[in-house]
Amino acid sequence: MFKDEKLDKIGQSFEKFQAGVNKTLEKRPERKDIFESGSGEVVNRLYTPLDIKGFDYEEDLGMPGSYPFTRGVQNTMYRGKLWTMRMYAGFATAEESNKRYKYLIEQGSMGLSVAFDLPTQIGYDSDHALSEGEVGKVGVAIDSLADMEKLFDGIPLDKVSTSMTINAPASVLLAMYIAVAEKQGVSADKLRGTIQNDILKEYIARGTYIFPTEPSMRLITNIFEYCSKEVPLWNTISISGYHIREAGSTAAQEVGFTIADGIAYVNAAIEAGLDVDTFAPRLSFFFNAHNDILEEVAKYRAARRLWARIMKDRFGAKNEKSMKLKFHTQTGGSTLTAQQPENNIVRVAIQTLAAVLGGTQSLHTNSKDEALALPTEDSVRVALRTQQIVAYESGAADTIDPFAGSYFMEAKTKDIEEKAMEYIKKIDEIGGAPRAIDAGYIQQEIMDAAYNYQKDIETGKRIIVGMNKFQIEEEAPKGLLRVDPSVGEKQKGQIADLKSKRDNAKVEETLEALRKACSTDENLMPYILDAVRAYGTLGEICGVMREVFGEYQQSVQL
Amino acid sequence: MDRPIRVLVAKPGLDGHDRGAKVISRALRDAGMEVIYTGLRQTPEQIVNAAIQEDVDVVALSILSGAHNTLLPKVVELLNAENADDILVVGGGVIPDEDIPFLKEKGIVEVFTPGTPTSTTIEFIKNNLKR
Repeated sequence: MFKDEKLDKIGQSFEKFQAGVNKTLEKRPERKDIFESGSGEVVNRLYTPLDIKGFDYEEDLGMPGSYPFTRGVQNTMYRGKLWTMRMYAGFATAEESNKRYKYLIEQGSMGLSVAFDLPTQIGYDSDHALSEGEVGKVGVAIDSLADMEKLFDGIPLDKVSTSMTINAPASVLLAMYIAVAEKQGVSADKLRGTIQNDILKEYIARGTYIFPTEPSMRLITNIFEYCSKEVPLWNTISISGYHIREAGSTAAQEVGFTIADGIAYVNAAIEAGLDVDTFAPRLSFFFNAHNDILEEVAKYRAARRLWARIMKDRFGAKNEKSMKLKFHTQTGGSTLTAQQPENNIVRVAIQTLAAVLGGTQSLHTNSKDEALALPTEDSVRVALRTQQIVAYESGAADTIDPFAGSYFMEAKTKDIEEKAMEYIKKIDEIGGAPRAIDAGYIQQEIMDAAYNYQKDIETGKRIIVGMNKFQIEEEAPKGLLRVDPSVGEKQKGQIADLKSKRDNAKVEETLEALRKACSTDENLMPYILDAVRAYGTLGEICGVMREVFGEYQQSVQL
Repeated sequence: MDRPIRVLVAKPGLDGHDRGAKVISRALRDAGMEVIYTGLRQTPEQIVNAAIQEDVDVVALSILSGAHNTLLPKVVELLNAENADDILVVGGGVIPDEDIPFLKEKGIVEVFTPGTPTSTTIEFIKNNLKR
């Protein structure tokens, strides 16, 4: 960006500046000896062209919509179309969640994002012993196609895009979605949406795994293959750094570990015989937004550039669409405090700005009461309004990548890219993400970062407003959302009813066909679809796969 | 005290977010306690078996799935049934304030909600051991 002579001059004036600072420091020290970013990286006093020596506009930034996509994946970005405002919702029964979706659509939400309860996420029906107390709690309970029909009742699936936070049993829920669409007369090639389907981060950070790594990876590549032919507009995976960050990682770890997972999926698909350019354009990512707005913007830019370079250089992708890192963002749940929950509205607004200035394709803003319970309708509306205020009032969406060329921003983007790349190299040395997970390496790195963060809060090195500084006496919050404990019983009754009405011989037949297919290398999607259409339950379908594939056993090192 | 305090940190229910459980495990260990962490998806029966086998002084239950009112009292009941009521049971996680009196009534001696410093939990355990 600057010629050597120019840099020499800047170097000289920087030294002068520094000498002046030293004098000031003698009289008046700075607030802290060392300033650190939200994820604990040292932040310098000042950034100048000296911090971005060798920076090359064409090579490091390029134009928006062009390789290496640092400045964004579309050439008009939000000037053409705002990001999708997608609020994550789902609780209790399909009927209740259906009401919430219709409410959110009325309020201007542009896409649905389905939260499933834990039994559904782990492939158990509501009447399983382990489901006791969990049914309908953190999301909606879906036991069979019958529930899925109620969930999307009156919502035209060719008009909305739907994101489903489902991983281990993603193939089954996708099959249910396709089957509901069939009943609405909507063909699969019209369906738009995303299944999270990222099992590696489940082993790392989120815990709703079912099967061991190998069959899990197979299910994922089966989905890639099936969708590339039958559901071409569907995003077949959302490779998620979100939970890695929530588990306590730094920003650079979030990028490094997520992209390492992405590499593993691309490798698996290529090994399964798929051409990289047939599936890579449908890969999408999911990142977190924490409070350090500048570090977060740099993180998104670094992730885009890193992925573009990896797809081009490492995997030889030819199609530019394969090199674009498109991502959904959610504001940071773990940054919200149970103390003075109103303050969370401000945190979410800062995080929303970070995501927008970083060029996200869709955004879910957390609600102020989420450190306490599931959000109420009112608090979800404030969270959605936060996005709308940023979109329509702040001006942040009116020009593309406004921080580009900032000495700090470019230095930080480069720094995160390099640190992430170091993690990727280390994981390559271990033999790829699945092996690094089995060895506990990734989990250990995150746990160390999480513990350091907690210590910084307790020693007061890191200030959290309302929690370890500026505390007040508070009354217990009122009006939190509670899920009716009778949901479990209701779901149990419905399963019994379903099993007495459906064609059980047909269910048995489709489950048997699935069982056989599991032991071959056939694509399992058509078999799962058949079982779903026959109203086989989620628990029955996953149960068959559990029997054949076995279950993943977590190893924990403290 | 003739031996270090032994603590079983357990995650009942199906929820997989174990950042809190792991952070508290490390903090208790750094405070000189012996910590056993069960890993995810433990039933009350499994937790009680582990507590008895490991001869712990404390069971610390971490939960944020919303199933606390069902699962936490069950752990205490099963401990009592095994005559292991000298084990201190504490809970932590996303637990609404209004549920805490019920949990205390059921024998969960203290409940630590988000934002509690680990030092608070450590002090509480040291001061409230039943042995």
